[in-house]
Amino acid sequence: MDKYIKEYTISQLLTEYPFVKDFLEDHLIPYRGKEHLTLDSFFKYLDPEIIEENAINPELFTKSLVEYIDLMKQYFVSDKPKQNSITIYPGTHKNGREEAFDSIHINSGEIIAIVGPTGSGKSRLLADIEWAANNDTPTGRTIHINGRSLEPHERFSSSNKLVAQLSQNMNFVMDMTVEEFLDLHATSRLVKDKEKVIQTIFDKANTLAGEAFTKDTPITELSGGQSRALMIADTAILSTSPIILIDEIENAGIDRKLALDLLVSEDKIVLMSTHDPILALMGDKRIVINNGGIEKIIDSSQEERQILGKLEALDRTLMNLRQQLRYGNKITLKEESNNA
Amino acid sequence: MDLITVSGPPSSGKTSILLRTIEHFKKRGLSVGVVKFDCLFTDDDLYFEKLDIPVKKGLSGSLCPDHYFVSNIEEVVEWGNNKNLDILITESAGLCNRCSPYIKEIKAVCVIDNLSGINTPKKIGPMLKSADIVVITKGDIVSQAEREVFTMKVQSVNPKAIIMHVNGLSGQGAYELSTLIYDKEKHVATLEGEQLRYPMPSALCSYCLGETRIGKKHQVGNVRKIKLGDS
Repeated sequence: MDKYIKEYTISQLLTEYPFVKDFLEDHLIPYRGKEHLTLDSFFKYLDPEIIEENAINPELFTKSLVEYIDLMKQYFVSDKPKQNSITIYPGTHKNGREEAFDSIHINSGEIIAIVGPTGSGKSRLLADIEWAANNDTPTGRTIHINGRSLEPHERFSSSNKLVAQLSQNMNFVMDMTVEEFLDLHATSRLVKDKEKVIQTIFDKANTLAGEAFTKDTPITELSGGQSRALMIADTAILSTSPIILIDEIENAGIDRKLALDLLVSEDKIVLMSTHDPILALMGDKRIVINNGGIEKIIDSSQEERQILGKLEALDRTLMNLRQQLRYGNKITLKEESNNA
Repeated sequence: MDLITVSGPPSSGKTSILLRTIEHFKKRGLSVGVVKFDCLFTDDDLYFEKLDIPVKKGLSGSLCPDHYFVSNIEEVVEWGNNKNLDILITESAGLCNRCSPYIKEIKAVCVIDNLSGINTPKKIGPMLKSADIVVITKGDIVSQAEREVFTMKVQSVNPKAIIMHVNGLSGQGAYELSTLIYDKEKHVATLEGEQLRYPMPSALCSYCLGETRIGKKHQVGNVRKIKLGDS
């Protein structure tokens, strides 16, 4: 491709790969009015002062352009398998003791809680998964994705990142409205039918949030619950990563059951690091971490599911009380205690 | 001894990332040394000293920090070799966003943070454009979408680089970075005759030489005027 890109004129490049326009502009290439030239002859006649001024290195630029076009083509492949699986093979605890399990297999649509004291090795497990460890991390674990270990270029690729993360501490930092923000993300993901996707995310986020928000709200002005709702809906629908890692999502202002349902319905694998009994029991399994290793794996039992029902009723009661406060009503427990 | 040059805007997290990464090198029994380049002040050397590794700092003072870096790097490599290091890391802040301290054939790492804004990758220039590995920090406090958009912007400026997300606080990703930046087969004996990846901008004007007065008659040398058009 390297040789043949030089034979393209700039306007041919722009027609075939429209995203090249941004690339030219990001690299401060003054191509306007010179579209009829090939890259080679364009650089040959470019004023050396401009080359120095804009810090252009023609050779490096051409190489980067080839890489960029290849990279962007990967994003266009939309028929990636939606069903994914992870398999975890054991490594060792901090003290060198082997982890006592044969393998853990997790499929798309499953929710797994990861529990254990602070510093017990939860982050290391998540890092092993994110990195698709191949017996080359401190734990010595091996992670297979869809039944095989990843090739080095797959591990480092930014377009195939395995794990998307959501956490309590995350904030929006850009100065833009909800709509501009979704448009920017959808554009960077090169989605077709952008308007529809943006509308879907916006609607979903509003069903998750305790308080509705509009498209022209600046994202930095959203409340904690609204921000979380938008982040979850956006990640579920726009992120291509098959695994979603949730680091403790607080209760205030967001329907967590709906949020998990949304992620699962988009065929994500959900891993939750949490100590909240409602969240942990919503999972299909719990992985218990201690002393740097996986201590055991617990399947949620029938009894636990019944407890979950009670906890959820309590949770709804609290949510309703919060709602009553918000709209200036007198607090009453009557209606809710009937339900519970 | 392998040499790794690390640079990035001030406060992007270079030192935190390096501290975490060096811990992993030490666990593997490798000897590491650091030389920290800065302009007016730094006490980052104290953090490195706590890891009990050889560290030196160079303050450029009134000189251009990147030019100061290149003028000293050969001696720094000699120092590292005399100390019998396995790995020598230089850390410098790209202060004018135009220079870049990267050297051909020497591993170049650029550290940049998610909070710096989506147009920053475009502004940073050669320091980001010609790096081999780009480390993105502070991902734990911004949304997934912003991380993805920011990564795309970095990628469009430097599609060849390996992009890594490392958390300087928890150390997540630092182990992986340590496996990527060190090449045990690589031995840098001297940099004599090696070349920078990008030329540093030419600038020698009255103000480089200590002029403080303002006005055309005090300006000689390489002086360029902003085009303000008709006023």
